[in-house]
Amino acid sequence: MPIWNPKKECLDRSTLKELQLEGLKSTVHRVFEHVPCYQNKFSELKLTPGNISSLSDLSKLPFTTKEDLRLNYPYGMFAVPMREVVRIHSSSGTTGKPTVVGYTRNDLNTWTELVARFMTAAGVSADDIVQIAFGYGLFTGAFGLHYGAERIGASVIPISSGNTDKQLMIMQDYRSTALVCTPSYALTLADRMEKQGISPDSMALKVGLFGGEPWSEEMRKEIEKRLGILATDNYGLSEVMGPGIAGECEHQCGMHLFEDHFIAEIINPETGAVLPEGEVGELVLTSITKEAFPMIRYRTRDITRLTYEPCACGRTLARMQKTAGRSDDMLIIKGVNVFPTQIEEILFQVEGCEPHYQLVVDRAGTMDTLEVHVEVNEGIFFDEMKRQRAFVEMVEKRLASALGVGAKVKLVEPSSIQRYEGKASRVIDRRKI
Amino acid sequence: MKVEQISIFIENKSGRLAEVTEALGDAGVNIRALSLADTSDFGILRLIVDKTDLAKSTLKERGFTVNKTEVVAVEVPDRPKGLFGILQVLDRASVNVEYMYAFVERCGGNAVIIFRFDNPEEAIKVLTQHNVNVLQGDRIYSM
Repeated sequence: MPIWNPKKECLDRSTLKELQLEGLKSTVHRVFEHVPCYQNKFSELKLTPGNISSLSDLSKLPFTTKEDLRLNYPYGMFAVPMREVVRIHSSSGTTGKPTVVGYTRNDLNTWTELVARFMTAAGVSADDIVQIAFGYGLFTGAFGLHYGAERIGASVIPISSGNTDKQLMIMQDYRSTALVCTPSYALTLADRMEKQGISPDSMALKVGLFGGEPWSEEMRKEIEKRLGILATDNYGLSEVMGPGIAGECEHQCGMHLFEDHFIAEIINPETGAVLPEGEVGELVLTSITKEAFPMIRYRTRDITRLTYEPCACGRTLARMQKTAGRSDDMLIIKGVNVFPTQIEEILFQVEGCEPHYQLVVDRAGTMDTLEVHVEVNEGIFFDEMKRQRAFVEMVEKRLASALGVGAKVKLVEPSSIQRYEGKASRVIDRRKI
Repeated sequence: MKVEQISIFIENKSGRLAEVTEALGDAGVNIRALSLADTSDFGILRLIVDKTDLAKSTLKERGFTVNKTEVVAVEVPDRPKGLFGILQVLDRASVNVEYMYAFVERCGGNAVIIFRFDNPEEAIKVLTQHNVNVLQGDRIYSM
């Protein structure tokens, strides 16, 4: 498949490093001059931009956290005057104040270029009709993919999120070939198709570009099977730019991280120490070309792993493994670290298991309890209680051996678990209440 | 020789059983026999009805998980050791019984169904207040 920008995506690594150092130096200078939060952070560490002379100096720089962005709400982290800001977005915002991010004209141009890169890598071209089922608004997802697809020359259907029946009608009538949404919404669409008796063969859909939440390889297989498409992953977060930080090619062996615009590190989320190449930890990103909203060592909270071997597609950029979850979504159950995606992977391996599940964490006395609610369907419903119990016990056994902590499986009625149009919320943690 | 039976997955929460019976009633399906196997989380409701396929499609439309299976209806002599005689035959043939339940018996033109309640006194009080005839134990034993 073609490469959108071979000059940049296939750089030899020494040239890339020169480029990164140059970008890092100028970014550090810029934030030191224009962002009080960074001035303070640098001063506390007795750092000046002059202290950054090689890429290895990066680890001297302070981390930026979501808390920093909250404290500087709304415009405190901007490095340019508002008259240069041409677009404002905000994070999807889990609790409290959202984080506000801004873009200059150049920033929007970069963003669009990077989205065009991963969409091309996934096989989208000027011949495609792209249905964007992300919510248009402050959330970066929809606009990011929208402009990227337009730059490639694809035909864009900005349908936004929700209204599943209409999504399917348009998908059929307009002959959409590429679908953009969260992976959980892709499954909601598949469910509705099955319900309406629409076969994936009758549709023109061939590729899906999914992002916005962690999802497992098993979920990918499920989506590919049920929608009859190539399902690709892409990564981004509004604090750093939005979608377009990394994205998969057709080989599906990790997302190419656009290192000519971001420097990536993997750290131990508890100690903050930088981990050696290939280890799993929290992704930390430094933007090196952004003007309006530069980020120095932003702690993404996303757990992943980076590899640097060149990919079969010819790109030389680092590849980022599908995120295994978020360090702040990680559940600690009886002292054991559990990620919702681990449970998802096990459930999807069980023949007949539906993709809809929810985790309920509670505390009985001083003991944590984990309940996994799984929607029943004809494939896993047996007329004999003996077989039904055996099925539940089999799933419980698999979960216990993979997670290292016991979980109770509870079968629930079909469609009783909430369906999501945006990010799925898989966990109900009653311990906090 | 075989009888069609439908099984329905029912989560253990109030009102679900009522919804099944309401849906079937709305569709004009009459229940001939039933059995409910339950655990603390869920139950399996097994029904023999007059219109199996209609019952199945009606319940599926309402979002229930429904399976269709085949069972065997056996006539049991109504005397002491009547059931035993049949089970003995099956046992000698090494045929295992997975589960069994009784067909609805008629009593003066009405079906009789046995309920188990958490609070039987309260249930009897409510039923009586609504002019529902609650049969005395003696009456059941001698039926």
